[in-house]
Amino acid sequence: MGPTEIKIGGLGGQGVILGGIIIGKAAALFDDKHSCLTQAFGPEARGSACSAQVVVDAEPILYPYVHNPHLMVAMSQDAFAKFSPELRKDGTLIIEEDLVKPTGLPSTVKVYAIPATRIAEELGKKMVLNIVMVGFFTAITGLVSEQAAREAVKDSVPPATIDLNMKAFDRGFAYGKQLLAGPKN
Amino acid sequence: MSNANPSGTLTGSHYLDGDHACSEGAIAAGCRFASGYPITPSTEVVERLSARFPRVGGRFIQLEDELGASIALLGAVWGGAKACTVTSGPGFSLMMEHIGYAAITETPCVYINVQRAGPSTGLPTQPAQGDMMQARFGSHGDYRLIALCPNSPQECFDLTVEAFNLAEEFRVPVLVMLDEVVGHMTEKVVIPPAEQIKVSERRYTKKKPGEGFKLFEAANGSMVPEMVKAGDGYRIHVTGLTHDDRGYPAMNVPTHEKMQLRLQDKIVENADRIVRWEEKDLDGADVVVVSFGITSRVAERAIKAAREQGVKVGSFRLITAWPFPEKQIAELSKKVKAFVVPELNLGQMALEVERVVAGRTKVVPVPHVGGTVHNPETILNKILESVR
Repeated sequence: MGPTEIKIGGLGGQGVILGGIIIGKAAALFDDKHSCLTQAFGPEARGSACSAQVVVDAEPILYPYVHNPHLMVAMSQDAFAKFSPELRKDGTLIIEEDLVKPTGLPSTVKVYAIPATRIAEELGKKMVLNIVMVGFFTAITGLVSEQAAREAVKDSVPPATIDLNMKAFDRGFAYGKQLLAGPKN
Repeated sequence: MSNANPSGTLTGSHYLDGDHACSEGAIAAGCRFASGYPITPSTEVVERLSARFPRVGGRFIQLEDELGASIALLGAVWGGAKACTVTSGPGFSLMMEHIGYAAITETPCVYINVQRAGPSTGLPTQPAQGDMMQARFGSHGDYRLIALCPNSPQECFDLTVEAFNLAEEFRVPVLVMLDEVVGHMTEKVVIPPAEQIKVSERRYTKKKPGEGFKLFEAANGSMVPEMVKAGDGYRIHVTGLTHDDRGYPAMNVPTHEKMQLRLQDKIVENADRIVRWEEKDLDGADVVVVSFGITSRVAERAIKAAREQGVKVGSFRLITAWPFPEKQIAELSKKVKAFVVPELNLGQMALEVERVVAGRTKVVPVPHVGGTVHNPETILNKILESVR
């Protein structure tokens, strides 16, 4: 099938890189696949554009960079504007629906939106929006198994926050499943 | 050789970046002291060491600058520890003085350099492989050392263990030369059970104090002297001045010649034991791509494309940059039509390939200023041109 390229973009502080790590880890450690994550960030700790790039493949990965992602997650308008031209015409775009208004996309791109920040706020911690996104991504793309993604979340967050993060994952995952099952609009 | 200490070894499968894998390699190899002055893109190495060391009986200290960092580890080694420091370009430049000092005092130690684009402050968060000649010749005077170039987080772990082993075996500073991409790239890293990780321990003399032990006398039929550690009751002298077998300064040509030649020969004459490389499809190859670090992985894509176009191209990946695998490259140069040498600098290891090839065949450098990696097509075009 060849490598699947994923790009996750957002603002520093949104947990973009951790989101990428969880997806990559799910594939490499808990599904029997290979993955490679690279990241781009500015010198600032927060507020600058950042992205995580993940390649997932059944074979060992040689070339680590993502140029034309099959799957893209945009968590800020800037990230959408900057990265969406790279997305394949038959690609899938996942967005934070309150933060990203997609424009100018080819009609062949499939777009899935989730109010991840609002859901995270309902759970009491805006910080977990990236885990909501990971749950949503898992449901929508099926690139990594639900089991692997759950293991990877548990393995990647501070122990004291596992329950909260699993709730965040579940909410995102359920939202995605519901969206897929629901009437086409 | 003995086995790694299970208490420090994080056996299992992990999703680690190259920097963190270096830290785990150091700990598995028995490193229990690190000094550093954090600098992007190497900071993650010392971050992890500083968090992990307290749990395994190690100590990390942050110094006032890289001059302090690069000498503190040498003090720790003479106090009996295995030790390393970690840096990137500008810090590596500052450390050159002490790498020379480590070479002349034959202090077994490890310097990890996560290369970013230079010169000077350059591009702090972006990759290059521009310190390769500095690794070989950066400190003044003649000396030899060992430099290893991992191309994945797994190899960052494996080669950091190896670096500590080689340092002990040859009483020499060993450099682990990552590039920013390998340092910040995250992949699965498998850390084996401690009993499967071979670790070279320091070779201390069996002679007792007063039995005529000489700190710089080749021992046991090798060219490498044995050591003692501070506090064990030996009267020793460790100096950056030219010294005799006892370590005492001796300002004359015969002593200098003897010392210098042994520093050289212990590496040159043991090159077969030290040199490491990975080769692919060399049988019948017309073109061989010589590369290292992240560039070797980018080159793989070009090599694949070239083979699809019918070019017989193989790959020779440098794992040791220094000593350079000159025997192997010289041998290949009698058989192939061209070497293609992509690297993230304006031509450094290509010079070494040219030196060894000595005009027998074509050497085609594929320079890149760094800041990102090559476009695989650039390498592909050079491969295609080289056989035209």
